[in-house]
Amino acid sequence: MEIDPFIFRLSIFILSILIGYFVVWSVTPSLHTPLMSVTNAISSVIIVGAIIASFSSSGGNISFSNILGFLAVILAAINIFGGFLVTQRMLQMYKKKEKKKNK
Amino acid sequence: MSANLSSILFLITGVLFILALRGLSSPETSRLGNFFGIAGMVLAIVVSILSVDILFTNLIYFIIALSIGGIIGGIIAFRIPMTAMPQLVAGFHSLVGLAAVLVAVSAYYSPDSFGLGTFQNIKTASIIEMGLGVSIGAITFTGSIIAFMKLQGLMSGSPITFTGQHYLNAILGILILSLIFYLIVNQSSQIFWILIITSLLIGFLIIIPIGGADMPVVISMLNSYSGWAAAGIGFTLENTALIITGALVGSSGAILSYIMCKGMNRSFLNVILGGFGTDSSSNVSKEKGEQKPVKSGNAEDAAFLMKNASSVIIVPGYGMAVAQAQHALREMVDKLKKNDVKVSYAIHPVAGRMPGHMNVLLAEANVPYDEVFELDDINNDFGNTDVAYVIGANDVTNPVAKTDPKSPIFGMPILDVEKCKSVLFVKRGMSPGYAGVDNELFYRDNTLMLFADAKKMTEDIVKNLD
Repeated sequence: MEIDPFIFRLSIFILSILIGYFVVWSVTPSLHTPLMSVTNAISSVIIVGAIIASFSSSGGNISFSNILGFLAVILAAINIFGGFLVTQRMLQMYKKKEKKKNK
Repeated sequence: MSANLSSILFLITGVLFILALRGLSSPETSRLGNFFGIAGMVLAIVVSILSVDILFTNLIYFIIALSIGGIIGGIIAFRIPMTAMPQLVAGFHSLVGLAAVLVAVSAYYSPDSFGLGTFQNIKTASIIEMGLGVSIGAITFTGSIIAFMKLQGLMSGSPITFTGQHYLNAILGILILSLIFYLIVNQSSQIFWILIITSLLIGFLIIIPIGGADMPVVISMLNSYSGWAAAGIGFTLENTALIITGALVGSSGAILSYIMCKGMNRSFLNVILGGFGTDSSSNVSKEKGEQKPVKSGNAEDAAFLMKNASSVIIVPGYGMAVAQAQHALREMVDKLKKNDVKVSYAIHPVAGRMPGHMNVLLAEANVPYDEVFELDDINNDFGNTDVAYVIGANDVTNPVAKTDPKSPIFGMPILDVEKCKSVLFVKRGMSPGYAGVDNELFYRDNTLMLFADAKKMTEDIVKNLD
């Protein structure tokens, strides 16, 4: 009997939860705020759905689904750029002291 | 691009995101981690664009949308002050939630583009996942907006409760489940919209009863929700990158919520049901306390005490963030170090309004991260420390958590500042902390209260250290 592809996706999902569990426990507590901002940024990978919606064909006209797609692209883009840049900014602050310490 | 190739590339995206989180295990590797995250995101976007039929007009609109979002996001990221990180993260969560809702609605109306069947004839598995995704997305959206407003001070941070609140929430919760069930049965667009509206409403209702200092739990919880919403959409779209990411973010948020709850010795359910610190028993102890004598001092006294100490531990709390006192604090510590005073910082897990809030503020003020310690690592040192400088913290130092089983904060791990030879409390007034519990430390002989704004007081101490 063939296995439903859903089962494969479910397996990926469960294993990813476990990976997330172990990886996140190893995050140092002083970086918990950057952890939140970076998880926020990566959850904007939902933009892949927004892209499909933006390009769903509708005989040449811009459809309702396309408009929703574009709006979702804007929201996801705010998160992607905002999330990664603010994380970078925070991590940069942790770096300055490293240098000072080495002097 | 073939479906197999794009699936493999999406898998690589997922792996890059895992590496991004892995990098955060130490500050040294964290920047490389962030780079992996960005690489993963770029890959995901490129693969998605190569997998769809490119229509010229849509491409133009897409680029415009991406630019608008990118510019807004970039401006926010560079302008935002570090003290505003909690509300920024809450705001960002709401965007993920709304994006999930928009994608789900779009998939509902043109399922053919997503390969899910035809309108109102969507594959059963897909409609279940879509229903769950849209519902969690909507809850994340309104819940995060309320959290944002509370943190930004646009609405009161105190819990808003009313009779029958929990029953109403329970009824709405059951309603959501039944709506998802009916949606599976008849796929009617009315039911789909009622599901969205009910979910929006419950997102609003579950966050309003939760008070300001419980925000670390709420923010982590919403972080988790935004992940599960993404995973739900990932199942609907049969996209590996989204499923992996959703699972990572979901479990990350759940772990942070757990750590925050443990930091307060409260169950997750207790936090979510809200209304903490509003019960009458705690008010009684407040009235009693106000009659006891308190020793209060000024900046000169504090400067004298610390200058002549051999070791000082700084205990920052939310008050430091509100007063933006972190830079003044660093200056004070620099002066103390010149006087050969050993200084370290002690951070309680729930200090501030989000996990790691204090660490980021201290990092912003250029405090070396190896001087900053977590509760478990520093708690034994208070006994052989001369002065504890508690700036804008209260409940997390209250010994009643160890002594009075009736206290609402009983069992909460606390920083043992009472073991120091002397304790300095910078506070604006005698008001009890968030939990509404009086702090007996205020009345001890070796405690000196410094009644002032945290920043002003710290600056005055700096002047007196010269």
